[in-house]
Amino acid sequence: MRWVNRVWKSMATLFRRGSETARLDEEMRFHLEQEEAERIRQGATPEQARREARREFGNPALLRDKARQGWSWGWVETIVRDVRFGLRGLKRSPGFSVTAIVVMSLCIGATTALFTVVHAVLMKPLPFRDPDKLVMVYEHFRANTSGSPYDSVAPGDFYDWRAKTHGFEDMGAFYPWNFNVSGEQGELPEVVDAVAGSWNLFHVLGVEPALGRTFTEAEDRAGQAPVAMLTWAFFQRRFGGDASILGKQIRLDAKPYTIVGVLPSWFSYPYANVQLWVPFSNGRTSEWLGRHGDHWASVVARIRPDVSPRTAIDEIGALQYRIHMNDLAQPIAEDVLPRSMIDDVVDGVKTPLLLMMAAVGCMLLIGCLNLSNLLVARGATRQKEVAIRGALGAGRLALVREQMTETILLCAAGGALGLLLAYAGTRWLATHWRGLPRTEMIHLDGTVILFSAGVVCLTALMAGLLPALSATNKDVLTALQDTARSVSGGISRAWLRKILLTTEVALTVVLLVSAGLLLKSFVRLRTTDLGSASENVLTMSYSLPESQYGKPEQRVAFTESLLERVRRLPGVQSAGLGSMAPGAGWGGDQVFIIPERPNYEPGRQPDAAYRVADPNYFDALKIPLIAGRVFNVHDRLDQSQKVIISQELAKRYFPGENPLQRHIVMGTDLTNAKRTYEIVGIVGDTLWQVGKTVKATTYFPALSGGKELHYTLVVRTSGDPLRFAIPVQKEIAGLDPQLPVKDILTIPQIVGESTVNQSLSASLVLAFATLSLILAGVGLYGVLSYLVTQRVTEIGIRIALGAQRGQVLRMVLRDGLRPVAIGLTIGIVAGVGVGFLIRSMLYGTQPLEPTVFAAMIGMLMVVALTASAAPAWRASSVNPIEALRTE
Amino acid sequence: MGRPNDLVQGTLGLLILKTLSLEPKHGWAIAKRIQQISNDVLQVQQGSLYPALQRLEQQGWIKSKWAETETGRQARFYSLTAAGRAQLEKEREMWSRLSAAIDLVVES
Repeated sequence: MRWVNRVWKSMATLFRRGSETARLDEEMRFHLEQEEAERIRQGATPEQARREARREFGNPALLRDKARQGWSWGWVETIVRDVRFGLRGLKRSPGFSVTAIVVMSLCIGATTALFTVVHAVLMKPLPFRDPDKLVMVYEHFRANTSGSPYDSVAPGDFYDWRAKTHGFEDMGAFYPWNFNVSGEQGELPEVVDAVAGSWNLFHVLGVEPALGRTFTEAEDRAGQAPVAMLTWAFFQRRFGGDASILGKQIRLDAKPYTIVGVLPSWFSYPYANVQLWVPFSNGRTSEWLGRHGDHWASVVARIRPDVSPRTAIDEIGALQYRIHMNDLAQPIAEDVLPRSMIDDVVDGVKTPLLLMMAAVGCMLLIGCLNLSNLLVARGATRQKEVAIRGALGAGRLALVREQMTETILLCAAGGALGLLLAYAGTRWLATHWRGLPRTEMIHLDGTVILFSAGVVCLTALMAGLLPALSATNKDVLTALQDTARSVSGGISRAWLRKILLTTEVALTVVLLVSAGLLLKSFVRLRTTDLGSASENVLTMSYSLPESQYGKPEQRVAFTESLLERVRRLPGVQSAGLGSMAPGAGWGGDQVFIIPERPNYEPGRQPDAAYRVADPNYFDALKIPLIAGRVFNVHDRLDQSQKVIISQELAKRYFPGENPLQRHIVMGTDLTNAKRTYEIVGIVGDTLWQVGKTVKATTYFPALSGGKELHYTLVVRTSGDPLRFAIPVQKEIAGLDPQLPVKDILTIPQIVGESTVNQSLSASLVLAFATLSLILAGVGLYGVLSYLVTQRVTEIGIRIALGAQRGQVLRMVLRDGLRPVAIGLTIGIVAGVGVGFLIRSMLYGTQPLEPTVFAAMIGMLMVVALTASAAPAWRASSVNPIEALRTE
Repeated sequence: MGRPNDLVQGTLGLLILKTLSLEPKHGWAIAKRIQQISNDVLQVQQGSLYPALQRLEQQGWIKSKWAETETGRQARFYSLTAAGRAQLEKEREMWSRLSAAIDLVVES
């Protein structure tokens, strides 16, 4: 109880200081009165009594202070006094204070924003039950030595793994899909991204549905009545959050699906834009589900707690090798490759995120160094004041503490502003970073605030301690003498500032080089030639639902009339049809055999991207015909078995030969006459994705009777192609009002879509680098101006003794540019290292790109020269008479 | 200055506690009482009295409340707490040990 009382008392004296002081005053007044009364009783006059009582009592103010010391809150008062002092000091130089606060808020804000994203995306555990036990399992082809080693899993392999291994509690699989959703009550049709997941996937992850239930094992078998689960976003958007939708039906690809459940709002796995889930086996046959050669799925496995991950994976690996040996003719991977789930989710954003985090870290450091530099300069102007206060008895600790308080105030103000900036910056990043996973986890929380508080303390220490120490370490006498009559004073402090400046320049160069490399590869990406016309082409895709367009004739009829209608539109020069537009992504690969060379090494069978095209596809996209012919109207339903190949395929698989009129057999069975095709034409290469290498490609006749349901319409127009978007859509709606259209894009838009993230990282790093460059310029200017002011007398003497103005100019310039040169050298070496580190983010750009280095060095030199020019000019125009008189 | 009221360091607390052990008193009365009992040898300076009171209260050995004096004026009355009583015993014991020891040395 006693300590409670004591704490209470302490708190009372801290927070109710006012009333406590009043009580103390009252008590002392009472004491005085009593004393007076006593004296009057003893016979003194009232006047005398009062005077004597007061004299006896002593100085009331001092007494009050002494009594208050008993409250043991002296340190609070010290801090309050320091803060008041600091504020007063900062108010005296508002320009400096505002600059420093703005710089620090930018630096701390950017750092906090990036940290918020990094923390949410890379560091927070996944929101699943026991996420450490979850692991992704991929296949791995030994022949796959390029790019990502993680190959998708074949459904047959997945089912075998699940049935025949014991190291896992369970494993689930999924693969992406999309659906045409058509409205029951005349809502607009739309295309939505969906995922087909095995029935147990949600149990593996430990996710409970928000409404209804997940899929049952019985529903996840071939040939069952179709069911679907909605994600929360889709449930809210399309059904207004009406729970009575459970058990009702929704039309996907014109087929009724029963809705069994709704997923919770936080669930955004595997991608944020997923709207629907269907069972893994949805619409598939048992034969398809047993295939080992078609690779589509991702597998999530939960390792048993009593089994080491290594053992569990090794068991699957051994099984996979047996599956591979069982059927060597098929493309079945030899190995499996595990990957932690978090790495899988953040694949592709980890490097850019860490790079940006490093970039803001550099910027923060530069900001600190700059503030440090400014503070050293301030310290120099207050040298005399500090010395005098030291002479009057202020301890060094007190002086350092006071200077540090100023820095802490600056950094804290910067940090508070920075937190606001970070809030805005984080939201901007989350919305502008295409495909950033786990954005729902991104918010300013306790950790982030703690982090920024830590950054504030750290920056204050880094920026403040050095100047504070250096400003107070002179003994009084030298300091006073130094300022009184110095001709080339402050050498040691200038030395300190030069080191700070060198570091600043080196960091800036590293940032500039990284920004330059990223920018260059971004420009390379943006100007990529897809291999087709880039102007005046409009593309849009649609998927014909199988239930309505199951028969080839139906598809032909639809497409024929659509193309005919589109071609009739005024301004349309050409309209064609294919499975995909160039640059629109990967549409699947197929292996094939060249009958003349039927033997190939295992895992090295020729393969090519699979595309379909109609006779006008190449013309509409202006893809050049190299040899032979394009399809004609006869290469259609007649099963004419013709194929067009890309130049790359001809080069790679028919080197030095004429591939025309030769045959290729698709698949692995040489004797399969139904899949034997004659090569009738060779066309130019197109990129399947910006930033990726050209793939050997095969084009099959659209509408040849194959199962293709997904089409991309390509329309070449005269004038702005986007003007044709609505008319063409109207034609589609005129034929089938329930058919949604998606990806209405021009070719530059396709390129833009796939480079939007490169654009983001390049421009952000560039922004950080630019800021750093400005900071470094300001720092250089500050140092030189300071040096020149310090050396005015010296320069005056030099000039008086006959030094030429040019000599003085050169001397100051040399002084300023030496740290720049050293910093530049260090920065270039470090920049090369960083270039190699971020190589995976570069496209068509070498880490040692000379143009980038030259441009960045040039830029830095220009800034450095500009920053040094003004002080140097001022130095050279010193009037010797005035300089010598001013003291 | 050699004034007779220069108290031995640390004994003021003991004196205050002892003075308060009989009945609650206000600051002025404490000072007067000490002066009277010691036959004017010990004069408590206000400059040390109030800080000492503050300190003792913070330690939780005495507590204070506002009450009326016999003349009808409001004054702050200090009284001993249980902890203060224990502390008084402790300090008194220490003091007698110390003074006995000093006696031994001085009178030998």
